[in-house]
Amino acid sequence: MAARHKSVETRYMEDRDKVLRGMRRLDRRTFMKVLAASAGAVMAKGLMPPHTFQLVNVAEAALDKSASATGAPGTPPFTFAYISDTHMYVRTLNQRFVKGAVKAVEDVNALDPQPDFVLFGGDLAQLGRPEELEQGKQVLSELKAPVKMMVGEHDWFYDMGDKWQELFGPPNYSFDWKGVHVVVLMSVHEKDFWTARGLSPADRMQIVAGLDNSIQSRFEVGDEEREWLKNDLAKVPTTTPLLVFSHSPLYKYYRNWNFWTEDAEQVQELLKPYPNVTVVHGHTHQMLFNQIGNISFYGMLSTAWPWPYAPQGLPALTVQMNRPDPYDQLDGLGDGQVNVSKEGLADMMYNLWDRNPVTVRADYLRSNGKTYVPPAPQFASY
Amino acid sequence: MKARLFASAILCAIALALMTTVGAVESVPLSAPKPLNQKGFPAELYSWVIPADNPQTPAKVELGRKLFFDDRLAADGTVSCDQCHAPAKGFTDQLPASMGIHHAFGQRNAPTILNALFNTLQFWDGRAPTLEKQIEGPILNPVEMGNKNFDDVVAKVKGIPEYQQSFQTVFNGAITMDNIERAIAAYERTQIAFDTPFDRFMAGDQNAISASAKRGWSLFNGKGRCMTCHGWNPTQPLFTDNRFHNIGVSAHKSDFVPLARKALVLIAQGGGGLQQLDQLAIQTDMSGLGRFLVTKQAHDIGGFRTMGLRNLLVTQPYFHDGSQQTLWDVLDHYNKGGVPNPYLDGGLLPLGLSESEEDDLVAFLVTLTSPEYASASNEELEKQRARAKTDRPQRDEAAATGKSGLGPGFKGPFGDMTPAQNEENPALLGGD
Repeated sequence: MAARHKSVETRYMEDRDKVLRGMRRLDRRTFMKVLAASAGAVMAKGLMPPHTFQLVNVAEAALDKSASATGAPGTPPFTFAYISDTHMYVRTLNQRFVKGAVKAVEDVNALDPQPDFVLFGGDLAQLGRPEELEQGKQVLSELKAPVKMMVGEHDWFYDMGDKWQELFGPPNYSFDWKGVHVVVLMSVHEKDFWTARGLSPADRMQIVAGLDNSIQSRFEVGDEEREWLKNDLAKVPTTTPLLVFSHSPLYKYYRNWNFWTEDAEQVQELLKPYPNVTVVHGHTHQMLFNQIGNISFYGMLSTAWPWPYAPQGLPALTVQMNRPDPYDQLDGLGDGQVNVSKEGLADMMYNLWDRNPVTVRADYLRSNGKTYVPPAPQFASY
Repeated sequence: MKARLFASAILCAIALALMTTVGAVESVPLSAPKPLNQKGFPAELYSWVIPADNPQTPAKVELGRKLFFDDRLAADGTVSCDQCHAPAKGFTDQLPASMGIHHAFGQRNAPTILNALFNTLQFWDGRAPTLEKQIEGPILNPVEMGNKNFDDVVAKVKGIPEYQQSFQTVFNGAITMDNIERAIAAYERTQIAFDTPFDRFMAGDQNAISASAKRGWSLFNGKGRCMTCHGWNPTQPLFTDNRFHNIGVSAHKSDFVPLARKALVLIAQGGGGLQQLDQLAIQTDMSGLGRFLVTKQAHDIGGFRTMGLRNLLVTQPYFHDGSQQTLWDVLDHYNKGGVPNPYLDGGLLPLGLSESEEDDLVAFLVTLTSPEYASASNEELEKQRARAKTDRPQRDEAAATGKSGLGPGFKGPFGDMTPAQNEENPALLGGD
């Protein structure tokens, strides 16, 4: 462990002290100025419709044909929506997360026009039980647009993916979509920690489901699947834009929580020849974005619960969402849409349910944070 | 700081003067500026909310009071501010929705002016930033005071000799719309309502409220979850978070998504200025969209401002459309978790409150009544209590206790989201 590691609480208390010390120095006039400035910022935010929010888009498009979702040259060749990390128990046990998933389905079904497809980002189930996965499939079957499935560790480690594959097919696959090569990975393989310990399937699942559980190994794409990816990409010209879906982030964010892919560098190496690569991942349940070389990374929101930001390793480009309101069970949750330009650049819209949506443009990540900076949160994040 | 002391001194002086000249406290007219020495009065907060460009002065307040009660401000000379904000009715009209000129009705319930100076935004949807600006809504709205434009209003005031003298004193003779607004807003800022049994209770008087009300206060902060939005603390003893929430009130009659799309097109065409928003909110079926008309953000669809909870028994009926008659109806609405709709606030959950717990909560709410409204309030309480014994349109025992019917109201195989009988804490079920 790093010696300079500080807990979330310690950092919060330090930040808080700093703010309070600063406040004491403010006289009334300055305080009013701060108030006015923040009110202005809120007004500006409130009055400016988000560029990709569909409800707004439709109305605007009706009036202004030139309005483009990305603003960049050329209209997006396609838009996809995502729903991720629904973590549904069977509803007889707990139905709050089922409600979240249903809400997301309703959200996506209300989009007009409908997205090309809906990516499901993994962790459909909570404890990997067959009945949870079947229930999940039933909820997602309500979607009007075609669904592309990705697997998460909560779907896998009860029966090592048997039920999931029976319902949804192979966990890694690729397809071409309007000039973009799309790859769906199974990035949450783990080294066998259960056989030697004689663990039952339920115990194994429970350990993997634990956030801070040191018994399990780190997630990995693994040798076999990297080989598959290599062969898959061998057929794709290096001028083709790539869109990659993985459940865990394909970089190393925070090891203790498995916000992590052990062989991330090796996977990134395979993606290197392609000028425009976008990775969209689940698992982290928060607004999260990163740029490594040619690869832009976006984390998806969950519909079940938000995670706090990890105590270290947060990518510098990430603009943090505020600490969710503990009284509001929908706060910090949501779904989203991604507009993909024909160059393969992806603008991600975080459709936060009880907040204003935030759009993070590819240009922001590509410019290393120099342009199109997403709005900062109104309050310090904890 | 200086301005605050000055203002308080003046208001105290006015109050004292009134008390000595008129005699007993009871005979002070309800329209009079209120004293600031009320128990529970947030002096610090007050010092922040009096705008620098419109300080309180007795002459200005008096001018504002005159304007507030002057029918001539309406296009046809029949409607003054107090028609919908009557002091005897807690500065409301006690109607579901308000009536303007030519007996036309709007779609929103008149919010009280009591403590409105503390609102961070005005109107149910916050479409006006200040009390001054708020005045521009009703003055021009065709179903309220119906003036064609501000020039007409200014010309009318200019033509009335008694105002010329007052404006001379207060504004150096400048009769303008801005100054008319300033004067009325200054008067409205004198309508402060604290000094309730609850305020005395919080100041340490254990006998100020009943045992039932104390149980209600405890439920308010606990099982009832009321304080999530209607919070109280000594610096902001207002019982509002000044935010906007969809609690499902307009979900009864609005199909949100098509309405929202329609509204966006209209707003884009019409520029979305205050007058347009005002007309959409007061005169069209888009009224139910609430805060969305202002922000155009989906999560604000059907969202309305959290109202303060003081003097509720003179400001009935309740909610933005005045759709609920009694405090029991309001509690029943929250008890069942609001009305399901896709934009329902995430804070609303079935509460499982029993009848006696609702009675305790009502008993607590009654303790938020200022002395000048005590008798009117008691009268209304008995009326509501009688009504609640037989008429409980919002009571849904099964939904409140989580046995049926709640859920986001979606169609499909999950249309009836009947919850499990033994809803458990997910954290205890295993896994993160």
